[in-house]
Parts: sequence; C-alpha cells; structure tokens
Amino acid sequence: MSSAAEALNVGLAAGGAAGTASENGGHPPAALGADAVLLRPILHTTWRFWVAGGVLACVSLWGVVAYLTQFRWGLGVTGLNRPVYWGIYITNFVFFIGISHAGTLISAILRIAQAEWRRAITRSAEVITVMVILFGVGSILIDMGRPDRMMNIFYYGRFQSPLLWDVTSVTCYLTGSTLYLFLPLIPDIAILRDHTTPGLRHTFYRFLALGWTGTKRQHRILEGMISVMAIIVIPIAVSVHTVVSFVFAMTIQPMWHSAIFGPYFVVGAIFSGIAALILAMALIRSIYGLQNYLKPIHFNYLGMLLLVMSLLWFYFTFAEYLTTFYGSDPVHMTVWWAKIRGPFAPAFWTMVSVCFVIPVAVLSSRKRRSVKGTVIVSMGVVLGMWLERWTIVVPSLSNPRLPVTDFGYFPSWVEWSIFLACAATFTLFYMTFTKLFPIVSIWEIQEGREHAVREVSERVKSYLPGDEPEVGGAS
Amino acid sequence: MTESAKPAPRWGMVVDLDRCTGCQACTTACQIENNVAPSSAETADKGRSIRWMDQLPYMEGEYPNVKMRLLPRPCMHCDHPPCIKVCPVGATTKGADGIVAQIYSRCIGCRYCTTACPYTVRYFNWYEPTWPDDLAQTLNPDVFVRPRGIVEKCTLCHHRLQNAKDKAAAERRDLAPGEYSPACADICPTQAIAFGDLDDPHGEVFSQSRSPRVFRLLEDLGTEPKVFYLREGE
Repeated sequence: MSSAAEALNVGLAAGGAAGTASENGGHPPAALGADAVLLRPILHTTWRFWVAGGVLACVSLWGVVAYLTQFRWGLGVTGLNRPVYWGIYITNFVFFIGISHAGTLISAILRIAQAEWRRAITRSAEVITVMVILFGVGSILIDMGRPDRMMNIFYYGRFQSPLLWDVTSVTCYLTGSTLYLFLPLIPDIAILRDHTTPGLRHTFYRFLALGWTGTKRQHRILEGMISVMAIIVIPIAVSVHTVVSFVFAMTIQPMWHSAIFGPYFVVGAIFSGIAALILAMALIRSIYGLQNYLKPIHFNYLGMLLLVMSLLWFYFTFAEYLTTFYGSDPVHMTVWWAKIRGPFAPAFWTMVSVCFVIPVAVLSSRKRRSVKGTVIVSMGVVLGMWLERWTIVVPSLSNPRLPVTDFGYFPSWVEWSIFLACAATFTLFYMTFTKLFPIVSIWEIQEGREHAVREVSERVKSYLPGDEPEVGGAS
Repeated sequence: MTESAKPAPRWGMVVDLDRCTGCQACTTACQIENNVAPSSAETADKGRSIRWMDQLPYMEGEYPNVKMRLLPRPCMHCDHPPCIKVCPVGATTKGADGIVAQIYSRCIGCRYCTTACPYTVRYFNWYEPTWPDDLAQTLNPDVFVRPRGIVEKCTLCHHRLQNAKDKAAAERRDLAPGEYSPACADICPTQAIAFGDLDDPHGEVFSQSRSPRVFRLLEDLGTEPKVFYLREGE
C-alpha cells in the first residue's frame, strides 16, 4: 500500500529512481525524468483552474436555462421562421462536426505518414474530436421540435433520408475516435496508476489501465491496434463531413444542390480543425508551461498545413461560386447576389478575408509562421469557417424559389446563449480532461526519444543508394 | 368491393385564375376547416403564420400598367415529392390516392421536409396552438389539433375523403364523383377551384388539366404537382 505513495514521491520528486513493485500486483513506476512535468497538471491544480472552470460552468448553466426555456415554450423562442427553418443550430452542427476533424483525422494521417513531429500533438488533437462531436450531435437534438420523440429515429428510421446517413456516420465516428483516443492513452494511464496513491483516482486509473505492464507483447498488440484504428478512422472521418454536406446537397434548393459539397465540406472541416488544434495547443503550452513539448516547430508545421488547406478551401469556394455565376440560373443567382453584395455580404467577405487573404499573407513566410502568427490566423479561420457554414445555411433558405415574404432571420438570445454554452462546455470538458489524463502523450514522447531517432536515421539510410546487392539483379 | 378493381383515383385541383377574384375565402375556409390556429399580429410579424392555402402575390404587366395578383397556393401534392425522400422517420407519405400526408404523431420536428420543399408549403408549429374563446368552440371534430414542435401542411381535407368513403361504404356503393372535395374548392364563390380525379375522363378536372391555358408551379423541377393553374385569357 505504502509503495504507491512512495512511488508518487519518487516519481515526482526525483523523477528518476524506480520504486519497488508493490505486493498487490502493482508495477514499479517508470522513470519519467524531465517528462514528469507532463503529470504536473494532473497532480497539482491551481486556483486559476477553479476560477476558469467556475466561469465556464456558469456559462454552461446559463445555456441550460436557455434550453429549458426553449423546451418549455417551443422553438418559437428562437429567431427562426418560414422560410428560414434552419439557423444557428444547424450552422453549429456543421461547424462543430467540422472542428472535430482536427483530431482523429490529422492524428491518423500523421501517424500513418510516420511524421515524427506528431508525438507531442496527437493527444490534444484527438481529445478535441471526441469532445466536440458531442456538441455537434447536441446541436441537432437541440434543433428538434420534438426532442422527446428522438427514439423515432431508431424505431422508424429510413435510410432514404440523408439525416439517417448522418446518424450512422457520426455514431461510427464517435465510437471510432473514442477508441482511437483511448488506445494510445492506456500506457499513460498505467503511468498515472503507478504515480497515484490508493484512493478513488488510483482505482479509476487501475481500472482504465486494463492491466498494462508495458511488456513487449502488450506493446506489439497495442501498436497493432493503433495502426488498424488509424486506418479505419480516416474513411469514417471523410464520410462524416461528406454526409453532413449531403444533408444540403441532396435537396434541390438553390446553391445547396451542388456536387462538390462533399469534398468542399471535408476540406473546410480539416481546415477549421487544424485552426482549432493550433489554438488548443497554444493555450495548453502557455497554461501548463509545456513550451518544451509544443515547440515553435510544431506550430510552423501546422501553419504549413493550415496554409495548404486555406488554398484548397479557396479553390473549392472559387470553383463553386464561379460555376454558379457562369451558369446564371436566376434562382441560384438570387442567393449568389445575396451573399456577394446583399444582406449576407458582410459575413461572406469577412469569411473570404479571414479564411483566405489573411492566412495566405501571414503563413506564406517562415518568419511569420511563429506561435503568435499561427494563433492569430487560427482565430480568424475558426471564425471564418463558422461564417462559411452560416452563409451556406441561411441565404439559401432566405431566398426560396417561390416568393415568400422575407422576415429576416437573426438568432434570439436563446440561440446565442446555447451557442456560447456549447463552446464553454466544450472548453470545460477539455480542461477537465487535462486534469485527468496527460495532454501530451508521455509514452510516445519516450518512445520517440528511445527508438525513433535510431529508426528514422535507419529509414533515411534505406532511402539512399547503398552497397547491398540489387534484388533480382544479374548475377 | 368493386372499387378495388378500379385504379385508385388521382386527386387533383385546377385553379382557374380567370375566375379567381383574390377574395381569399379559400384561405379562410381552409383555416377553419382544418383547425389551423389564427396567428397573432406579433407572430405573423415574425413570419410564423400557418396558412395551408396561402396566396402567392405576383406582379403582372409593365410599369405603370401593373396589376397586383394573388395566386392561391395549397400543397402541390407532387407525384414525386422532394419532402418525402428526406424525412428521417417516414412521417410524411404518399398514399395510393396520391395525397401527400403527414403523420403528426411520428414527426420529430427536424424541419428537413420544410427546407426540402421547393414550394415552401410546409409549416412548422412554433407555438402551442391557441384559439380565442369563441373560436375554440368551433373546432372541427374530424381534424386532429396539432401540438407544438411538428410539421403540418395541406391534406386536401383528407378527413372529408374518409367521411365520403365511409358513407359510400355504408350505402354499399362506390364513391360518386363530386362527393369529396376540399373546403377551399367548396367555398370559392366564383367556382375558380375545380377538384376531382385527374384520371377520370368524365370529370371536370380531367379536361381542365389538359387545357391549353394550363401551367403548374416550378414544372421544370420534375416534381409533377397535382395542382394545375389556368392562366388568365388574353
């Protein structure tokens, strides 16, 4: 029993010497060395955390009040009307699901591509995915006129409806990315198990660690599973935002009925996801003092990815708007003009500047791809991608084919409160995660130190012409 | 029982704009017949009035000789309805008689059908329906009062079809032409709205829907509406 307490002391204070194995099947805490800093947010909580958490919890509670108001009085408390039947909730649904592409997808691609710089950032990315999907799904439920009939989707679900495609895809995505977050977490949970004294927390970690002792066999199984999941989650993630776009594209409404919406939405999702990841990393690094782990080089590389996605996003936007303009179908052009110089022009042009002009101007120089530079650009991109979803959902509905009096749509206090509360609760969940689990993967950093450097240099050597005999060459 | 041998009727409507005076009696009759709650000035201002039979305003002629016209617009009861495809729970269906119906007790209020309908004829219950005291006494007992949070639309007064069918069945005979028609067609003082089986060669709507003056709304979308309009004669 006392050995765990001892281990905690040893692990934290010395950070080096290993404790002895405890009688109850415990394991000697691994030497963490300098990486002990990654456990500090979990074992020490400052008053600042409680203040920030308290403020966020108040905002969340306010959102609960807003939702209860809507639940009591119906969707009449929103700003929605006929013809704008969908508004901020659907915008948020697309936006949050888009942000979720930060994690799983980017992390999986980096893992498969054996990008060694991924080690410090994958965890923080994967957590975004799992947490933010909840609010994407939540937004749809909040938008329902009869949330009490939610189960009808399972009783009477029809696969003819793109909404059912969403339900299926998002469920797979949530399951897949939770698993994909959990698997690489196991060795770190085991570290935590070995560094906590018996108590509620220790039991919690011991339960989640699934008996991890770090044997060669366990490592082989775990890494195999991670690789399999990394491959599985990529098509799932792509399908998620594709079918989200299909909700719009499958209708014949002006400027929704577009064949490029699938890839356009996926690109936009990854774009906003990278921006959200940069923001999260910048916060983590300054709050928990992890400048040594989340280094400027990570922001530089992510900045490059952001730049590529910005160009891709613009390419799709340009193709979409030029096609509509050149075709000049009057029904589509009404929506087109409403965005270009009508009531939606401020949102549209803000979107173009913060999603394309500013990112390209800032990120195209190595010097400006600093932590500060990428953070500023990312804030714009997150805002701009929300506006993008807004200018897709609302203008088309405001300009239906048959003349309908346009009453204008502006979200009510209930809608804004719920939006704010979603963002606040997401942040609260994320913060809580950093207090329970290491936000930078400890074992992957250690693995990087111990094996990857050698492996990479061997890999590089294997790319170069060597003196090994040619395979199948003439003898 | 002889009815099953005959093909099901395709109920449809022909609105003669030459006869229509824009009196909007059809809108009012529909409202009363189908228990559509009247909207207050405030809710109407927010764009939340429900009018199954609405009036589409349109301009005719060139300035200064312009006329403001109204076009009565019920649900089109399309043969290929875009709303049915998108419903995630099958709360909107098309029966053998071609009437596009809404299952109120199943609708989850996601409003996908309202956004998918190119005619914007589907309405959402933003509020719990309320009637002024004296009007509450006059609710039609044949029609379901819709709760808040679900979608509703013109049913072509489907309850009238049910009643007419029941009556015919009780009298052991087939449904006779003219026995069933919706409230809007019945009330029209100028008989601008003809209603009947579009496939019955002896019926009025059969010939009218083949008139050279005929047009349908957004015909190019291929939704095949069963509501026809006759343009005003020149």
